[in-house]
Amino acid sequence: MKRTYGALLGACATIAFASVAAAETITIATVNNGDMIRMQGLTEDFTAKTGHDVEWVTLEENVLRQRVTTDISTKGGAFDIMTIGMYETPIWGKNGWLVPLNDLSAEYDAADILPAMSGGLSYDGTLYAAPFYGESSMIMYRKDLMEKAGLEMPEAPTWTFIREAAAAMTDRANDVNGICLRGKAGWGEGGAFITAMSNSFGARWFDMDWNAQFDTKPWKDTLEFFVGMMNESGPAGYATNGFNENLSLFQQGKCGMWIDATVAASFVTNPNDSTVADKVGFALAPDNGLGKRSNWLWAWALAIPAGSQKEAAAKQFIEWATSKDYIELVASKEGWANVPPGARTSLYENPNYMEVPFAKMTLDSILTADPNNSTVEESPYVGVQFAAIPEFAGIATEVSQEFSAVYAGQQTIDEALAKAQALTNDAMEAAGYK
Amino acid sequence: MATQHSRSAARLMLAPAVILLLGWMLVPLIMTLYFSFKNYLPLRGGDLGWAGFENYTRFVTSSSFWPSVATTLIIVGGVLFITVILGIFLAILLNQPMWGQGIVRILVIAPFFVMPTVSALVWKNMFMDPNYGLLAYLWEFFGATPVEWLSKASMPSIITIVSWQWLPFATLILLTAIQSLDSEQLEAAEMDGASATKRFAYITLPHLGRAITVVILIQTIFLLSIFAEIFVTTGGAFGTKTLSYLIFQRVLESQNVGLGSAGGVYAIILANIVAVFLMRIVGKNLDA
Amino acid sequence: MARAVTPQRKIINTAAAWAVGLAIFFPILWTILTSFKTEAQAIADPPIFLGFDWTLENYKVVMERSDYAKYLWNSIIIAGGSTLLGVIIAVPAAWSMAFVPSRRTKDILMWMLSTKMLPAVGVLYPIYLLFIKLGILDSQIGLVIVLMLINLPIIVWMLYTYFKEIPGEILEAARMDGATLKEEVIYILTPMAVPGIASTILLNVILAWNEAFWTLNLTAAKAAPLTAFIASYSSPEGLFYAKLSAASTMAIAPILILGWFSQKQLVSGLTFGAVK
Repeated sequence: MKRTYGALLGACATIAFASVAAAETITIATVNNGDMIRMQGLTEDFTAKTGHDVEWVTLEENVLRQRVTTDISTKGGAFDIMTIGMYETPIWGKNGWLVPLNDLSAEYDAADILPAMSGGLSYDGTLYAAPFYGESSMIMYRKDLMEKAGLEMPEAPTWTFIREAAAAMTDRANDVNGICLRGKAGWGEGGAFITAMSNSFGARWFDMDWNAQFDTKPWKDTLEFFVGMMNESGPAGYATNGFNENLSLFQQGKCGMWIDATVAASFVTNPNDSTVADKVGFALAPDNGLGKRSNWLWAWALAIPAGSQKEAAAKQFIEWATSKDYIELVASKEGWANVPPGARTSLYENPNYMEVPFAKMTLDSILTADPNNSTVEESPYVGVQFAAIPEFAGIATEVSQEFSAVYAGQQTIDEALAKAQALTNDAMEAAGYK
Repeated sequence: MATQHSRSAARLMLAPAVILLLGWMLVPLIMTLYFSFKNYLPLRGGDLGWAGFENYTRFVTSSSFWPSVATTLIIVGGVLFITVILGIFLAILLNQPMWGQGIVRILVIAPFFVMPTVSALVWKNMFMDPNYGLLAYLWEFFGATPVEWLSKASMPSIITIVSWQWLPFATLILLTAIQSLDSEQLEAAEMDGASATKRFAYITLPHLGRAITVVILIQTIFLLSIFAEIFVTTGGAFGTKTLSYLIFQRVLESQNVGLGSAGGVYAIILANIVAVFLMRIVGKNLDA
Repeated sequence: MARAVTPQRKIINTAAAWAVGLAIFFPILWTILTSFKTEAQAIADPPIFLGFDWTLENYKVVMERSDYAKYLWNSIIIAGGSTLLGVIIAVPAAWSMAFVPSRRTKDILMWMLSTKMLPAVGVLYPIYLLFIKLGILDSQIGLVIVLMLINLPIIVWMLYTYFKEIPGEILEAARMDGATLKEEVIYILTPMAVPGIASTILLNVILAWNEAFWTLNLTAAKAAPLTAFIASYSSPEGLFYAKLSAASTMAIAPILILGWFSQKQLVSGLTFGAVK
């Protein structure tokens, strides 16, 4: 009896040992943005250090999201690591679908992760996804055009100032639009922008009883301000402009200001891609004097689905990809401006990095966003530009489609808000909130 | 003619295909029906019990439902109309004697080989983009303001993209049919002094009847479920949400499988209405 | 075409047909051209048609980023495998409907086609769960089966129409000579229907190659075909038209080449019974 027990223990030890030592192949689902593609290019470094091979499934953001959601909710096990965001992590963590990341090595220094990031990627105090990079949103503006308009950008401007500055910079004959903003349908595109903006106007998605709030004045104010400003100073066809389109417009000198993800700063200041690289200034996203700014908070993070057969190897990968060493590795190959930003405190204590022109403003923007307290009036949800409830993605996509139809001139603001109100309440009812 | 023996042999040979398809139809159909009566929310832990007919009423009373049915029918109808008319024209043109006939045929059928995702991406970015698209340059060249195709003319744009993809198929089938037309009959008519229009209306068109039927039938089946073209270009915005796209939104974006399944049942009903309708109009042409 | 045609008419025909042909082909041509441009030239104003610096840079980048050979191989196996399996199952079924028709033959055919009308996304979750149970998620065999089932109705119908054109007397003569059913199908029917079977295979390889819902949603790293390859190139950060064009060209080139070589087969063979 005792011998059997001992033998069993021995066998377990052997298996445990084998699973640590054996080279495995892990499958990682990820999004096709620049930082992630750079990481794929550096995979050899990971393989050399650990012996594990990596197979990549790289997908466009929307496809990735439906693909990993299907897999995790059915416990399909197709992936060992999934790239997810701040929206998914708390929901999936709550469902027990993710492996807790509270036992990462001392060397990894989990306490170094920016509190805003670890907070947004945790549920009930447990970290469920490690941030690869984090972002807020801020104003990127053309210093030369500001000067030409005889204006000076404050560190923390108001919406009124932005609207005036945009009008002053607009020069449609020369293809210069005062301001470029996202109007594209989709909860992560125009939906994210207008939600973050509405926070500064005192709007919220739900009241404390989960009733939709699109029939309130702050929402109408937000849309009226947005549409008015874009008609005065925005580019033609902004109803279909998302991150990519605006990036391209800004890089070609067609925008005076652009309020978008802080990670875009490294693209607009990169002289290889941007014609205005040396003329870009940064400022905090605007507010309206109500105590909330209109910047969001987001992170792309790596998580391990519960039940993964290769948990140990997957953890090794996450430790490698989100480590301080990885940041050093990228810096040595591509320069400090191209390291994944916004995830670690130590990065912002590094004098090399603080020389990068957008480093300080990125950090300041991240620090002013608070997912747990994002609206002027009290709200029942967590999240700045989203509400971390499972129904939100579907609802917000439909709502943003109604808004985009306004931007394209196909319906009025009142019509869109009425539809948004009805469809949101209907979906919340279907999900059992009422 | 057929003996008892060959009859049973025939049944035996038909069996694998029928059984497989029956399985492929029944298993998902039964599962769809089952889920449609359930409160099935994967992100809230899956099966939350029976829902009665709630999913069904909720799906039809949504403000998106009837517009999505209309959108579906307009896209299917628009594409059918364009591909059949242009297909007849192209088939007649390609059947004329000319130099380099083989190469021209290759050029015309090429879009059929392009993946829907790729063709949607190419059209959206390189042609219909209001800033960098080729059509925008063309408009500017003629001094016009570039059209914001995918927002302000969303339906015509999508119909154009889908028609471009399916025109080769229609052309191929109609061309094969035209090639089988007895040219002596046309010549005789020409001798008798029948005009080109008359020859087309009284000889060519009736001869093409069956081919047109086939084109309409096959294309309808594929067009009812187009997805990639909308997903890539507008994402369902600007009034381009078809019924199958609406179901996609309910199942994958809202993660409400029960509600989506009820939508699936409506989609099957719509498909069958269209099918019966088609059979009434064109079925007599098809003594399959 | 015994009819004499005046040269003028032939010239007009040729000009018209070439103009239309080039217009229809233009989006593909433009994609191929763009794939050889730099990113800046790809969005140049005015657009550059031919006078750009031809570069293979985009292809190099795409090859470095993705394991193209793996995606290509999966596409070939999945499209080819599902079509062959479908034909093997469909030949007997089409034979029996063509030569031993019953009152229900037409109904069965229509019913088979109607199975294609079930909206795929509605059954994603059930099928996904089924695939997990059977252990065929992200496997070539799983996709071969699904695509075979999706295209089977089309294959049966096409083969049925070809078989029906074969005169029954030939089969009866063979039967008189003592041929068994198996011999009849293998040695007489199939050879006579080769052109039809070839067109059927071609069309279904194309349909399977381009199927983008199941191939994307039921695969991960191992069995992902070219439809998944292209999904990693749409809308990354910035508008990379040249790279998108290179990836698009790589995704459609194999099937485009196959289609061009077999153009004659398609032009004469794709009848669906529309020709008597």
